[in-house]
Amino acid sequence: MSPASRFASVRNGESIEASKVPVVSAPEFRSALLRAGAAGYRLAALLGEPAPAGRGASLLAVLADDAAGKLFLVASEPVERFPSLTPDLPQAHLFERELRESCGVEPEGHPWLKPVRRDGAETAAFFREEGSEVHEVAVGPIHAGIIEPGHFRFQCHGEVVHHLEVQLGYQHRGAEALLRGGPDRRSLAVAESVCGDTAVGHAWAHCAVREALAGTLTPLRAEAVRAVALEVERVANHLGGLGAVSNDIGFLPATAYFGRMRGDSLNMLMAMSGNRYGKGLLKPGGVAFDLPPPMRAAMAETVARSSREVAEVGEMFFSEPSVLGRLEETGIVTAAVCRDLGVVGPSARASGVDRDVRQDHAHGLYRFRHIPSIKLESGDVYARTMMRWLEAKRSLEFLSVALARLPEGELAAPCGAPAPGRLAVALVEGWRGEVCHIAKTGARGTFDWYKVVDPSFHNWMALAMAMRGGEISDFPLCNKSFDLSYAGHDL
Amino acid sequence: METLTAAAAFAAMALVVPHVLLGLVNKTKAAVGGRRGPPVLQTLYDVRKLLGKGAVYSTTTTWMFRLGPVVGLAATLAAATLVPLGAVPLVAFEGDAILFAYLFALARFVTVTAALDTGSSFEGMGSSREVAFSSLAEPALILTFASLAHQAGSLSLGGMFSPPTGVHSAASTVLAVGSLFIVLLAENSRLPVDDPNTHLELTMVHEVMVLDHGGPDLAFILHGAALKLTLMAVLLVRLVMPVVPGLGAWGTAALGLCGAAVAIGLVESTMARLRLVHVPQLLVASVCAAAFGLLLNLR
Repeated sequence: MSPASRFASVRNGESIEASKVPVVSAPEFRSALLRAGAAGYRLAALLGEPAPAGRGASLLAVLADDAAGKLFLVASEPVERFPSLTPDLPQAHLFERELRESCGVEPEGHPWLKPVRRDGAETAAFFREEGSEVHEVAVGPIHAGIIEPGHFRFQCHGEVVHHLEVQLGYQHRGAEALLRGGPDRRSLAVAESVCGDTAVGHAWAHCAVREALAGTLTPLRAEAVRAVALEVERVANHLGGLGAVSNDIGFLPATAYFGRMRGDSLNMLMAMSGNRYGKGLLKPGGVAFDLPPPMRAAMAETVARSSREVAEVGEMFFSEPSVLGRLEETGIVTAAVCRDLGVVGPSARASGVDRDVRQDHAHGLYRFRHIPSIKLESGDVYARTMMRWLEAKRSLEFLSVALARLPEGELAAPCGAPAPGRLAVALVEGWRGEVCHIAKTGARGTFDWYKVVDPSFHNWMALAMAMRGGEISDFPLCNKSFDLSYAGHDL
Repeated sequence: METLTAAAAFAAMALVVPHVLLGLVNKTKAAVGGRRGPPVLQTLYDVRKLLGKGAVYSTTTTWMFRLGPVVGLAATLAAATLVPLGAVPLVAFEGDAILFAYLFALARFVTVTAALDTGSSFEGMGSSREVAFSSLAEPALILTFASLAHQAGSLSLGGMFSPPTGVHSAASTVLAVGSLFIVLLAENSRLPVDDPNTHLELTMVHEVMVLDHGGPDLAFILHGAALKLTLMAVLLVRLVMPVVPGLGAWGTAALGLCGAAVAIGLVESTMARLRLVHVPQLLVASVCAAAFGLLLNLR
């Protein structure tokens, strides 16, 4: 029996009738998920839908079969408590903690059942080592740099880290609650603000959900402009990240050059949309602004110059022995750990786990113009940093072709109200990894619930694993190499 | 007259020269990075600003915490009286090189105790790193002094820097320069040992020990740190450059200090920071260089 035989299957950016999602008993739900996990399917999302009659919730899992490019949906009957999946399927770890907090469903036997975002998260006990030679270091939530708030609790023996616990939740704004009951005029703005540096990625996923629910066919020219914006966003963030890694190791020339080049990419988004992060460019059905020929010519020139400079500065950076000595073999995450934790994006690819929505679940322009996916094996800070340089170069190559051959056509198709009683899933490969938006409409065609999974939600645990046995002085560098979002995790 | 000149040299060295030197280092770094950089005297402005501020003291700290910055600066100023910026130092006696090394040790001791007094885990980590690294940097400094003293036949900083007399002595001077330069970088929290610009507490060595100091205390610490860098740079300059004819002792010192600032700036611009576990290896190399230099001289 194939592990997917009981599931409803959809493709990325499609919707199905909500009643077609199979509902199974809680034990069957559990065994189906474990079977799927053993078969190599990835848990893209696990959420709870409050039961209509009072207590408990029914669980809904979105599983991704990256090899076949399919997404599978399965739901459980309403439960108030269920045996935790986490001991057998570690990917479910944070999802189950979130379920307990948002739906009041109790995952029994969960190894570390603390709140994720709500009040009390920061007062709950931390994992603690006892002994006269171990010491505890608490960092945050207020940091010295201009970064988001998050708390890190280290258990150390001298300079060696035995355990790191990451406690976030300080940025919780209730994004999913704001989207519930929509779509309305502010929905898109809320989606864009889920994570400020992935505004295009989240906007695209939101638009794809709205279009799937309304049955809108997006014109190809709009898809092309979206892809251009997403890749420019990727280049901007990768270059910014390279500069930040360089700054953390005190290698000043590369810091300054990468920082300036990030500005070039942000300015391209500014020209396209009037906002340096690309907010307001996308809209359900298409895009709000065209790329007129003069702007395309100017952008092509910037892309050509950036390609040259990125190659030059990167070669300078990665051929400096002191840089390599600092980056190599720091903060290693193995491919097995990545698979267990469901890590996504460049962090997974740097550990030899080839996951890329643009290739596995291709959508929009990526169905026609492929960006070859890159895979590195070593899983250390070096691999994650190198990955960002290589991806920035690939994206710039893609941009030069996409800008030269922009398809003709409309900028947007009319996107009406969502059809009632449907469920849609959209995945987008943001620069950090898989951005996942899922929504279900009720009888009146409004969102019954809306679920957002930012790549950071999958990846924070990998940072904790990377620190095990490492030096505490390597933490800032390691953290920067993952470059995760606090807001995207906290929603 | 000679005493007056030495006193003037001391005043200049104690007040302005350290900030000019730091300013030149920062300007060099900025130039390599394609930036304009802060004004040359920015660190002096910072010190003046901090002196006008009040200080906040944690209730967990005691008098030791307040003692640190004052004694630290006083010890560094005392060490400055022994260093020959121009022709002669303000104070000189046989064996003052040993006093010089121990005045630095005293400054470090009070800084570390003040840091430990806060009870903060950050400052504890910084103290542990500082003490571990200086236990390797100190032997390098003492061995270099021993080598120079044997060569010149004097254990006073004023008379220790004599021009080399032969191949062995020249080779020994080269080793001493290398050793002293590494000690200078390590003792003054410069790259590749420490990063003076970082905001990341977990990676800091020296900076993290002074996180809880503010206002005039911080001004004392910053000024003391700049002065310490200058003193070591002056020693290095005296070691490398005999008096250049036509420039005199003063001109030579000014030229040499500018060169030292550019050298430090270039090292910081072209290298990434070492991983913390590799810092001791660098310091051991500096101890070895100093020891070989001494052996060459003793031969």
